[in-house]
Amino acid sequence: MVTPSPGAGWSREEMAARAARDIPDGAYVNLGIGIPELVARFVPEGRTFLYHTENGLLGMGPPPAPGEEDPELINAGKRPVTMIPGASFFHHADSFAMIRGGHLDVCVLGAMQVSREGDLANWSTGEPGAIPAVGGAMDLVVGVKTVLVLTQHVTKTGEPKIVERCTYPLTGRRVVSRIYTDLAVIEVAREGLRLLETAPGVTEDEVRDKTGAPLA
Amino acid sequence: MIDKRVGSVAEAVAPVTDGSVVMVGGFGEVGSPIELIHALIDQGAKDLTAVNNNTGNGEVGLAALIGNGRVTRMVCSYPRSSHSKVFPELYRAGRIELELVPQGTLAERIRAGGAGIPAFYTPCSVGTPLAEGKELRDLDGGTYVLERWLRADYALIKCEVADRLGNLTYNKTARNFSPLMCMAAATTIVQARRIVEPGEIDPEHVVTPGIFVDRVVEVPDPLVESRLIAEGRSYPW
Repeated sequence: MVTPSPGAGWSREEMAARAARDIPDGAYVNLGIGIPELVARFVPEGRTFLYHTENGLLGMGPPPAPGEEDPELINAGKRPVTMIPGASFFHHADSFAMIRGGHLDVCVLGAMQVSREGDLANWSTGEPGAIPAVGGAMDLVVGVKTVLVLTQHVTKTGEPKIVERCTYPLTGRRVVSRIYTDLAVIEVAREGLRLLETAPGVTEDEVRDKTGAPLA
Repeated sequence: MIDKRVGSVAEAVAPVTDGSVVMVGGFGEVGSPIELIHALIDQGAKDLTAVNNNTGNGEVGLAALIGNGRVTRMVCSYPRSSHSKVFPELYRAGRIELELVPQGTLAERIRAGGAGIPAFYTPCSVGTPLAEGKELRDLDGGTYVLERWLRADYALIKCEVADRLGNLTYNKTARNFSPLMCMAAATTIVQARRIVEPGEIDPEHVVTPGIFVDRVVEVPDPLVESRLIAEGRSYPW
């Protein structure tokens, strides 16, 4: 069930459901850890996605019922998952050949910042004392055909996350295709950012106010 | 007769020397050769470079090897996790070196090490801080960064079934980096849940052919890291 947002804008579930609508039937999909994982709960009627998890499983199923967990069957977030009939296991070089070699259709990732050119920053604040951790994000953004970003429109302190130029260390340059936030759907086009849709109760002016780069 | 079986985990890790590069299989706790790691802690080798996707959890397994001061340098892609505290503390105190490698590049560097390919170009990390100082090259309309192979003196690996020739199968997502590490280490040491006679593993189902394996020890009922962490255990016990 999609839980509606209490105020204006989309809830996390609604954002995930909105992104799921743009993923074609039969797509091979990799979902990042966190909000992107919600996408699997909102596959549109009549469509099937095949899920890849980079730790070595194609054909990942939903989380197991409590008590049914298999400790050696996990996703990239290290949480227990299941597998569907027709699933396959493989080692990491094959898994990242699928990613880097352009065999996956869609990945959905979280973001700290996205620039008007589609640069993505989602792995490090670059602050002293922070433990840098990159995982598979840099491979996903260069290899997967379509990179969708699912994120709140602004930070907890109200700063725009969609910016002219990322100030955090980059994950990849010119890699993001579309951004789904609690306020809007934004396409990264060759000429810049295009506002495709606003959430119910949200005006275009509000989206522009909260975006740190020009929106066509 | 080729027989790679050894009688105990202590005997299995006996040859590891100070200053070795040690690849450790596993993605988080899944596939982590916890008994071999604990045997290595008992054995005492130090000044190690450890290669793993993560840096271990709690105070057991890889985290205990690091926490006991045996690792001076860590090569990994994701040194943070909810139960990882040993590495972050040592890192912030400047007592352990970190080489951060994107996960797919880490896998491919290890694969290249095992395959005898000293360097390769990849699109991953181009334009990011992780490509700084590395050679870039334009090929077929794209820009790529040169990455070097990774090889090890030893690999510590957990598998499901082994035979005395060293043929291995794995269980589900516990496979992860292990087949690559078996290829990239000069000496590969494996703990298996079960050791069977040659021929009992269908040749079509062998994941790691025995040529990549040197020592196999049976550990029928391996410890589960998350259970030990839930119990607040710390190695050495």
